[in-house]
Amino acid sequence: MASVSRSFLLLSIIPTILILCADFACCNTGRKTGDGLDTDFSGFSVPLEHSFEVDDVSRFRMRGALQLRGGRETSVSLSQSQLSEEDRNNLKEVAAVDGLYKIRVPRVSLTDRQTERQMDGYLTAFVRACSLVESHLSDVITLHTDVSGYLIGVSIVTIPGACRGTEVEDEVDLEAFNTTLTIIPPTNAPQPETALFIERMDIEHEKRGKPQEQKSFFAKYWMYIVPLVLFLMMSGAQDQSGVGAANGGGR
Amino acid sequence: MAKLTSLFVILLSFFCISEAVFEDQVGKFDWRQQYVGKTLFAHFESNTQSSKKMFVATDKNIFASFNSRTGDLLWRHVDKTGPEGTIDILLLHGQDGRLLRSWDTNIGGLNWEVVLDTGSFQAACFVAIQDTVKLVAVLKKAAISLHYLSNGHQKWVENLPDSDAVQYQAVYSGGEEEVYVLGVVPNSHLTIIAYMDFFSFKSCEYLPVLVSSQPHPARSPLSEFFLQLGPDHHVLLQLNADGYTIAPLRDFQPAFLVSFATTGKKTVAAVMTPKNETVSRHRACAINLFSVDSGRRLLDTTVLFPLEPNGGKPHMLYVHAFLKKDDSVGYRVLVQTQDHALTFIQQPGRVVWTREEALADVVTMEMVDLPLTGTQAELEGEFGKKADGLFPMVLKRLSSQVTLLQAWLAHLWKLFYEARKPRSQVKNEVTIETLSRDEFNLQKMMVMVTASGKLFGIDSKSGSILWKHYLENVQPNAAFKLIVQRTTAHFPHPPQCTLLIKDKDTGLATLHVFNPIFGRKSHIALPALPRPILQSLLLPVIDQDYAKVLLLVDDQYKVTAFPSTKNVLQQLQEMASSIFFYLIRSEHGNLSGFRLRKDLSTERIWEVVLPTEVQKIVAVKGKRPNEHVHSQGRVMGDRSVLYKYLNPNLLAVVTESTDAHPERAFVGVFLVDGVTGRIIHEAVQRKARGPVHFVHSENWVVYEYWNTKSRRNEFSVLELFEGTELYNSTVFSSLDRPHLPQVLQQTYIFPSPITTMEATLTEKGITSRHLLVGLPSGAILSLPKMFLDPRRPEVVTEHSREENLIPYAPEMPIRTEWFINYNQTVARVKGIYTAPSGLESTCLVVAYGLDIYQTRVYPSKQFDVLKDDYDYVLISSVLFALFFATMISKRLAQVKLLNRAWR
Repeated sequence: MASVSRSFLLLSIIPTILILCADFACCNTGRKTGDGLDTDFSGFSVPLEHSFEVDDVSRFRMRGALQLRGGRETSVSLSQSQLSEEDRNNLKEVAAVDGLYKIRVPRVSLTDRQTERQMDGYLTAFVRACSLVESHLSDVITLHTDVSGYLIGVSIVTIPGACRGTEVEDEVDLEAFNTTLTIIPPTNAPQPETALFIERMDIEHEKRGKPQEQKSFFAKYWMYIVPLVLFLMMSGAQDQSGVGAANGGGR
Repeated sequence: MAKLTSLFVILLSFFCISEAVFEDQVGKFDWRQQYVGKTLFAHFESNTQSSKKMFVATDKNIFASFNSRTGDLLWRHVDKTGPEGTIDILLLHGQDGRLLRSWDTNIGGLNWEVVLDTGSFQAACFVAIQDTVKLVAVLKKAAISLHYLSNGHQKWVENLPDSDAVQYQAVYSGGEEEVYVLGVVPNSHLTIIAYMDFFSFKSCEYLPVLVSSQPHPARSPLSEFFLQLGPDHHVLLQLNADGYTIAPLRDFQPAFLVSFATTGKKTVAAVMTPKNETVSRHRACAINLFSVDSGRRLLDTTVLFPLEPNGGKPHMLYVHAFLKKDDSVGYRVLVQTQDHALTFIQQPGRVVWTREEALADVVTMEMVDLPLTGTQAELEGEFGKKADGLFPMVLKRLSSQVTLLQAWLAHLWKLFYEARKPRSQVKNEVTIETLSRDEFNLQKMMVMVTASGKLFGIDSKSGSILWKHYLENVQPNAAFKLIVQRTTAHFPHPPQCTLLIKDKDTGLATLHVFNPIFGRKSHIALPALPRPILQSLLLPVIDQDYAKVLLLVDDQYKVTAFPSTKNVLQQLQEMASSIFFYLIRSEHGNLSGFRLRKDLSTERIWEVVLPTEVQKIVAVKGKRPNEHVHSQGRVMGDRSVLYKYLNPNLLAVVTESTDAHPERAFVGVFLVDGVTGRIIHEAVQRKARGPVHFVHSENWVVYEYWNTKSRRNEFSVLELFEGTELYNSTVFSSLDRPHLPQVLQQTYIFPSPITTMEATLTEKGITSRHLLVGLPSGAILSLPKMFLDPRRPEVVTEHSREENLIPYAPEMPIRTEWFINYNQTVARVKGIYTAPSGLESTCLVVAYGLDIYQTRVYPSKQFDVLKDDYDYVLISSVLFALFFATMISKRLAQVKLLNRAWR
């Protein structure tokens, strides 16, 4: 509970930190870049916080601000500052003891009006600090929303993701984040494709069925049936005449 | 031409997977046991010694008839579940809550059925006119109605006066067409207070219970009745002729149970008393008959009821009394114990049959390998011991070879000996002593946990119950989790199962550790669990006795290890940073992940929150730990490989929307990595609602839901692929998989609702998978996974034909030859359990619900087994013929060569 109250404190100082932005990452759902038309949904920003401590006790500090834009075309962008000298050393130390680098964002809704955007609680994710260091702070942060536009989860991975134990010599590599940011809404699961199937069946029927349907069975095979019937009739007449004789012969 | 080949491919694929049971295979590999549940009412047919029928109505809304000689089920009616089908009372003709029904006692056919007016049911009785029963009186809370017994039509209905104040409890008729209704006004305790003056109560909190009897509907009820004053205190009372005073006849203390029985003109009372036998360790109860008129004990009527050491206490007593030839009273007793077992006893204490009705409500089960035979175990033990020099090792090897030879000779001798005997005399009775693993590990021990708290060990081959153990202090709403901590593979350590029993209200848990082969409780020190348990997880870490470590997480996120030896704690400390676990609180929509610290405390590392205003978590499933996947990828038509995304930590989370409107309702499917909390995939099935049944295995999830728009059941399959290249082919780590997998999904219409679903499981995972689907009709459908493949093409191409993909069709077929249980339907299937056998082709299946059905399935046919009708004679005669032909031709060739040389 203590961390929650501290985060509320942090929330109040967002505007001051926003000015410090140096690095900028931007993205949207990928369909269309948000043009200036939907001014209806003015973006709003939430803090992105991170924590990396040698003793693995979470102490979240400000990392940057997420600029969220709701509506039809949800998009998100991140403005974040560089890591300070102290943070860099700290991160390296955490990486050395195989500690975790955690991030968190508050639970918000992208669609609701200003009134009830913020809910209590945070969404947390982590990555191994060593992989963050070895990838020179290139991370991929993904935000997941549900059907009604609530943020439900956040995830962070680094590329490459492995810890190979390589030393990062250059201090410059650890100064600025190289962040790729995406926001993923749920995908719609497919329905059974009945229409397409029926269409295909119809086409197949048309292709195959037409010449056959026109001719009836009798029309097709009359040349076999007529001689057969004739033959049967003939042989039947013969049999009837020879029944008595055949029986007598059989005895 | 292309069409024809595609048709051929389809036909071929159908041919490959078609399977059915031949007539002579019925019952060879499978068995079914039918149960009815906890008995609420029991009646015997008639009061002659030769009558065989008895009728029971149970808490599972079932009305059934048994053969009282053998305990076999004659017929059974499975009514609707829930309060609609509840059986309120069973007279000789059964009656359901709002429906009054009459049954034919011979064949169980329904004679008639009437819908009664609403109102809570109180009592019912027969009404007789001149010694023949013609009417049924039904007493409701506010009305009484009379029905004809012959056709169920209502004769009259009357509202009862003052039904708000008076509680009407009993209805009687005195032989004429008069019906008496007995009512009690609360706080004045009409009758019971009158008795209170005679006796001083020992326990005032105990509500006295009246046990009375009306021997024949045409006569007035007995003037004698029992009053239960305490758990083991009964008093036989007599109402005097004037109808106002009551005289005590006999005081029974201690007495567990009492019951009346009538035969002819005589009415007797049966009383069960505990018998103190300090000499033998087995407890027992004695049942005696008493004359109702005088309260005297009848001579030679004692029946001993042996109490099982691990069974429940007697709960109900039903007496079947009859007149013997010498006019004395004989009787048989049906005793129901607290563990829902029914025991039928004959004088002087011979148990005729026992039915374990607790098995009608199996909660969870596991299959455990049987132990090796003694000689095999000895051989195994040889390798386990430490080597002490070359010569002793050789000696040891020789001695074990000699014992093997001896065992083989003994086996041969036994075969020879038994072959001489007629077949009927040879009995292969399975007992605990003769249990041993067969060649292909097809016979296993089924450990079943029932809702009543009774555990069973059942032989999977024959279905016979080998051991049972009743846990007495189990709450009725407890949740069970059965964990196999040590398998049979670690001889000489016995296998070990742990049952975690969790009280749903308080969350407090207890452990019951036992040997799954013999059912005996093991005497291992159990950890104290003072706090509610949130989660239990079985680690792959083993202690020095080869038992896997069980971690229990309590509500303060503290971890308790079991077993918690020094060795284990040390291992846990070393591995702590790589032990992750997740907790799900569905009421808050919260999924969170934790990591273990060295001091066995935990830290929260990720959190995903699904707002409960939008959707609620219905179910979460991981993968089964004993699942093997043989092939890493799928070879596609162009000879490239599509690699599967095989994440062992993947969780499938299914949610349902809180909005139930058919247009806005949806079902959500989330795939979440259990270590990092990363949402791998998030799909929403619109216009759908539950109940959702799903299976999560390998790289796929199959789920079934109800489409609210089209009003039909639909199946959807999700498959995850890494793509044509593997990120890290040597080892999978959730912490190092930066790229999201490709997700393919397809949906089909299923023409039937389903009740449960499970996937087959085999030893090495080479055999193709089938889905086992339990249908409400009681059939179990074996649906090939091939039909649930999101890569089924809509348009057939060269590549898809090469891959043997079936073209997409929106409707899933149900073929009757896919029913693995032919006509042996399993009523109310609740769960299906699958276990691998030693044969790769064979998967053992147990379906449980009201009935239990065990069988084997061969998803890819029996590719590693010769058929039953394999022609050994033909193949060996051909072999011999060829052998001799070569010999003769060789000889002939030699002669010819020689002749040529001479020429």
